[in-house]
Amino acid sequence: MEQQREAGTLGMWVFLVTEIMFFGGMFLAYTLYRTSFPAAFASASNHLDITLGAVNTGVLILSSFTMAMAVYFTQVGKSRPQILCLVLTLILGLTFLGIKAVEYHSKYTDRLIPGHVIPGAEFGPAVAHEGDTDPHKLHLLEGATLPQVEMFYWIYFAMTGMHALHMIIGAGLLTYLIIFAMKGRFDPEYHSPVEVIGLYWHFVDIVWIFLFPLLYLLGRHLLEHH
Amino acid sequence: MSEHIVSVRVYITIFLVLLVGTALTVWAAFVDFPFGLNTIIAMTIAVTKATFVVLYFMHVRYSSRLIWVILGSAFFWMAILFAFTFADYVTRHRLSTGM
Repeated sequence: MEQQREAGTLGMWVFLVTEIMFFGGMFLAYTLYRTSFPAAFASASNHLDITLGAVNTGVLILSSFTMAMAVYFTQVGKSRPQILCLVLTLILGLTFLGIKAVEYHSKYTDRLIPGHVIPGAEFGPAVAHEGDTDPHKLHLLEGATLPQVEMFYWIYFAMTGMHALHMIIGAGLLTYLIIFAMKGRFDPEYHSPVEVIGLYWHFVDIVWIFLFPLLYLLGRHLLEHH
Repeated sequence: MSEHIVSVRVYITIFLVLLVGTALTVWAAFVDFPFGLNTIIAMTIAVTKATFVVLYFMHVRYSSRLIWVILGSAFFWMAILFAFTFADYVTRHRLSTGM
């Protein structure tokens, strides 16, 4: 039994290694284009909603905590708090996706969806002129061009989109865990699914821990201080 | 090797550390540090947060050596990916100036 549990955990870790390399390729693309177009990346980053980004970071960290607590309550054989923690984790995960959807929508109304992905709403944000403080307009720092900003948004949507897809899959896995936990299938002796899905959930949290500063925070210090 | 159960106190501590780290990185983002230190500070905080998640939430601190080796291999390949790519990109201009 112990060997089976170890093998299951090991399998999940091997999968997570492939996930690290998958996201690693995108982080590499990000680093390359950011070093090539620093001003455009800072300008585009400053247009993102830092409050929503920070709140979502908090939501995801809290969900990682409730997931860890779900594993703990399973290990000590407390069924009710275990189910409660799993439900809380699912709710927090869906909250994250909801906030993300609000952000995506504002990028859509500001015409920041790159390329011609959405018919009739191709990339074409309004650019703010000197002294214009309209938050819906793009404030370009010196040296930044629109095609370079568009490159940032390709990478932004690719990375946050893949992250969101992982969250959606995670929400599905949590639903499965909740159903089986309610049937009383997990106990201190057997609970590999809870532990292994927990590992996956924490991994997705870690990806966001890197995405948040890299996408939202890279150009704030270049803004004029009041 | 029996399963190690991490205490609730540890989980709460890590949760609070992660929240403080998030607040710290948002604060640091608005400060104009010299020598382009902003990115280095942001990444140091992110790596620290990730390390806490891996060691405690993901139980790696209490896991077998095998898990450590497998996780280490991921970072090893990431290092190759970044090192070889940038060895190319940062030396490209030498070719064009040489011609």
